[in-house]
Amino acid sequence: MKERELYLGIDVGSVSTNLVLIDENEKLVEKVYIRTSGQPIEALKRGLKMIRERLGDDANIRGVGTTGSGRQLAGAIVGADIIKNEITTHAIAAQKLVPGVKTILEIGGQDSKIIIIRNGVVFDFAMNTVCAAGTGSFLDRQAARLNIPIEEFGTYALKSRSPVRIAGRCAVFAESDMIHKQQTGHAVEDIICGLCEALVRNYLNNLAKGETLEDPVVFQGGVAANVGIVAAFEKALGKKIIIPEHYDVMGAFGAAVIAREKMMRSGKPTAFYGFRAVNCDYRAKSLECNGCSNMCEVIQISADGEPLACWGDRCGKWTAGAIHIERQSGF
Amino acid sequence: MKLTFPHMGNTYITVKALLDDLGADYVIPPFNIREALETGTRFAPEMACLPLKINLGNFIRAYEKGADTVLITGGCGPCRFGYYCEMHREILRDIGYPMDVITLEWPDKGLKEFLDRVRKIAGSLNICKILKAAKNATDVAIKVDELERLCFYLRPREKKAGTVDKIYKHFRAGVLQVKGSRNIRRLIRETFETLQSIEVDENARPLKVGIVGEIYTTIDSQTSFNIQERLGAMGVEVHRYVTVSGWIVEHMIKKALHLPRDIRYAKAAAPYLGAMIGGHAQETIGNTVLYANAGYDGVIQIYPLTCMPEIVAESILPAIERDLGMPVLTLIIDEMTGEAGYMTRLEAFIDLLQKRREAREFERKGALPWNRCRFGEH
Repeated sequence: MKERELYLGIDVGSVSTNLVLIDENEKLVEKVYIRTSGQPIEALKRGLKMIRERLGDDANIRGVGTTGSGRQLAGAIVGADIIKNEITTHAIAAQKLVPGVKTILEIGGQDSKIIIIRNGVVFDFAMNTVCAAGTGSFLDRQAARLNIPIEEFGTYALKSRSPVRIAGRCAVFAESDMIHKQQTGHAVEDIICGLCEALVRNYLNNLAKGETLEDPVVFQGGVAANVGIVAAFEKALGKKIIIPEHYDVMGAFGAAVIAREKMMRSGKPTAFYGFRAVNCDYRAKSLECNGCSNMCEVIQISADGEPLACWGDRCGKWTAGAIHIERQSGF
Repeated sequence: MKLTFPHMGNTYITVKALLDDLGADYVIPPFNIREALETGTRFAPEMACLPLKINLGNFIRAYEKGADTVLITGGCGPCRFGYYCEMHREILRDIGYPMDVITLEWPDKGLKEFLDRVRKIAGSLNICKILKAAKNATDVAIKVDELERLCFYLRPREKKAGTVDKIYKHFRAGVLQVKGSRNIRRLIRETFETLQSIEVDENARPLKVGIVGEIYTTIDSQTSFNIQERLGAMGVEVHRYVTVSGWIVEHMIKKALHLPRDIRYAKAAAPYLGAMIGGHAQETIGNTVLYANAGYDGVIQIYPLTCMPEIVAESILPAIERDLGMPVLTLIIDEMTGEAGYMTRLEAFIDLLQKRREAREFERKGALPWNRCRFGEH
């Protein structure tokens, strides 16, 4: 039997690290969703380990793509074929899973974005600039404060009959407003529902800015699991919101799809170092380069003491000079 | 008297040429923009725009190196910049760096006032020598901008990545080692020759992006995280209408000599913004239209946070986007701007432009097979 050709997509985000394996038909084979917990390297190693346990050591991985805010770090560690920004990967993923999609709402841990698609290409996009009030981390924090598991947060919102109005522009003010409402005796359900509506209002004012949001509208990212937010979006937009099957790992899925496309076109072997990476000891070192007036903060990642990659420089002196060591067995 | 002046991209080359020729004593502030910004932020009003903060930082560093007089250009335009001269003077005095501020602009009072200011710098030099120095400095500004434009063209086409940046950086450092407009011009000429000899991919059809926005943040590549170099490295050809030499020629020389000014941008902007509302808002609008008409793939608007004219322009740009199908990305810069989010937006925008071009070409080829254009013909 011919061995399946697999493509790995890795999304190292602020809150979660996701790994996705797709086959040559772009069907999702495996997915891993773990918390980054502030330690992207550890999370990545854990994720790779889980994938290896499920597949065995000699899985036929033909290409790797990384995305998310930790995309460069992840790319250096695993040996990525493509390193792509999260806006592009999310757009590609949504278009694969929901053909004909015109509007993508994405809310992740630290940022939220809106992507407008016309005629099958990204037409416009916006990313939150003002505040993290509308993002997953904030909801997480509020759930913890109210002692409600984040998984149940949304269902609380659905139980509300008269949501309170919360000021949602800034995370700090939203929180004080919530506390104020809670102290005046409002029910927890009403406060949570009010928060969901405030976040959606904030999101639409901040990002959509008068764009026409055409059907089909897709909602993805970790927060899409929150039924309260979904309901608030449907109410605000007056439209049906589609939650794609793999809404929580769309970035990784998109990265895998792009990696597959690139590898198919180029026909070259992958740069993937293999699963041996899980046993390596990675260290990040930063230094201020004094080569010129830019004073860039350069970061160097080394594996078991050997420099792997550099970035952070604006001139390319360090990036170009990074020693790409050949991985050998016994790592 | 020891002069100093604020940095703005390559302006230091022009000013150096002028001051060398006039025989003035001067200090060039350190190039480190992050440090200048940190220093300036401490003393500037929080809501002041980024250029004021960087300028202040430049002056304080230069003061520490012995400068006592600041030479800046004024705006006379209804944007805050026109008021900077006074702001600088007051702030510097308040914080214990008393410096004199000379504004080099075309004053409403006319030639005599202007010459008085120049005399302050040039001392006893006669008017012919001063005019000659000004002419040579203008020529240096024009040549430097030409050089920059050549770099914009070559970066996405160079065969060995980083070649242009290396030559360009070498040139920028080399200017500091020579004296006088004559030697600077020779250096520019040599750099031109070196650049023209590098290996390029003639068949490359890079994406073309126009840069519009506030003058300081667009001209000073460092403040906008070296966006021009980075776009070049990503294989994008950059263009920018607003330049230092353009400013000198259009706003100083032509104004002084009452010559007709180049108002193509104003004509192009007319359907959207019929009047000059301060800063470079009208240029931003007009140039975006010009780029759209010239078949550019996209436009990037850059401005410092709280810049009023550009905020107005930003709210008009969506209409141009809609009417002319021109994608526009707006990047706003201040001392809090995070580089990571900035780069993510930039990368995503370039992906967007690339995909749009592919889709457009696919459509064209599919629908009009007889009109198929050959590679490189555009």
